[in-house]
Amino acid sequence: MKVLIPTPLRSYTRQRADVEADGSTLDQLLVDLDRRHPGIRFRMIDEQDRIRRHIRIFVNRKQVYDLGRALQAGDRVQILQALSGG
Amino acid sequence: MPGATTKRASASSPKSKDHVVLLIGTKKGAWLLHGDSGRRSWRADGPHFLGNMVHHVMLDPRDRRTLLLAAKTGHLGPTVFRSLDFGKTWKEASKPPAFRKAAEGEKQRAVDHVFWLTPGHASEPSVWYAGSSPQGLFRSEDGGDTWAPVAGFNDHPMYGTWTGDDQDGTPDGPKMHSIIVDPRDAAHLYLGMSGGGVFESRDTGASWTPLNAGSRADFFPDPYPEFGQDPHCMRLHPLAPDVLYQQNHCGIYRLERPSDRWERIGEKMPKSVGDIGFPMVLHPRDPKTVWVFPMDGSSVWPRVSVEGKPAAYVTRNSGKTWKRLDDGLPKDQAWFTVFRQAMTADARDPVGIYFGTTTGSIWSSNEENARWKRIVQDLPHIYAVEAVEVAG
Repeated sequence: MKVLIPTPLRSYTRQRADVEADGSTLDQLLVDLDRRHPGIRFRMIDEQDRIRRHIRIFVNRKQVYDLGRALQAGDRVQILQALSGG
Repeated sequence: MPGATTKRASASSPKSKDHVVLLIGTKKGAWLLHGDSGRRSWRADGPHFLGNMVHHVMLDPRDRRTLLLAAKTGHLGPTVFRSLDFGKTWKEASKPPAFRKAAEGEKQRAVDHVFWLTPGHASEPSVWYAGSSPQGLFRSEDGGDTWAPVAGFNDHPMYGTWTGDDQDGTPDGPKMHSIIVDPRDAAHLYLGMSGGGVFESRDTGASWTPLNAGSRADFFPDPYPEFGQDPHCMRLHPLAPDVLYQQNHCGIYRLERPSDRWERIGEKMPKSVGDIGFPMVLHPRDPKTVWVFPMDGSSVWPRVSVEGKPAAYVTRNSGKTWKRLDDGLPKDQAWFTVFRQAMTADARDPVGIYFGTTTGSIWSSNEENARWKRIVQDLPHIYAVEAVEVAG
């Protein structure tokens, strides 16, 4: 399925704004995304499998907080990064 | 210097084409500042990783080519980048420093940023150590590509007691720093924590003991606890590896092994200046010579130049006397801070001293005690400066 990538993470996707990744859960999808684009997952998800503070993940335009969220073919996953600070 | 193991000092003799490079980490990226052979003019290479907070950039002294760089952005997780060609190209560590996954009911620790990088012993050419915020010790055995937590420290039954909780750390997070490998023994390690104190291991990190006797922690009811102090920067002299110096939240100290009691040597500093600061720099050949850069640690701890009049201080006799070094620096209304990794020395004779400021300037002195000269200005807030000698 299609995953939309925010600009701060596009160094991992050769500057592509949308890439493909598969998984029956959000967690599996992020693992697959990391397999295709090594290193990208740890910048978003910490070692305790928590979504990092300024990362937001939306599935079909609804924010998701649980990596166990089930996904289906055709779902649209969008990763956003909140920008703040100086 | 009774009891100290001191090798005969020898002046470095750089080849004619060798030059000093300053490895600069800032709040907004990294720069490599190349000096000419006489250290008179400087050429900036950068920014590298513009927009990333770079807390440390270190050269591998074993090959003099590999660089490791600790980075994070304000919003993405922490990582380490490696360059095998002195900054021409970079590759991210495939497994950056991270705590192990917490078991059910355990505190869930996550590395916020990698704060400190230390190359391993000369006999272990692929080994590196990293210290993090919050306090964590990590080791790489493949040149910095993959990192593993050092369980002997991070999972020590006393870890939580030694490190305190998040409220005990510095304003931008508790930190592990000053990871030191004894040049005589790869298994003999020291580290410092803000807060937590100084700790020592003699078995490559499998076990640790506090090493804080004599160092003050005046923010506790007992000002001389076994641990909990706030060392800001600790250095071991490479030619006299039984001699350690420490710039602490509560003064300047010296320790000569096998003693385990720190001696406060900052009390001879002028009372109007005090002996509080972040950085500490050792002379590469003379174990009795130390530079510090005092800051205002009064009242609410402004952590800026004392009275807005910045100055380094040097001792040539292990702290018996100190000399103010402010020639060339602003005489008034200069309110910067020099962070703990942001002051360094090269290995030349005479030694070049360098410091970077929170206001983005690099100052140098090529003659050890002579006039300071600003060699760069208007960089971002400077976190770290390391001086290295490279060929060509």
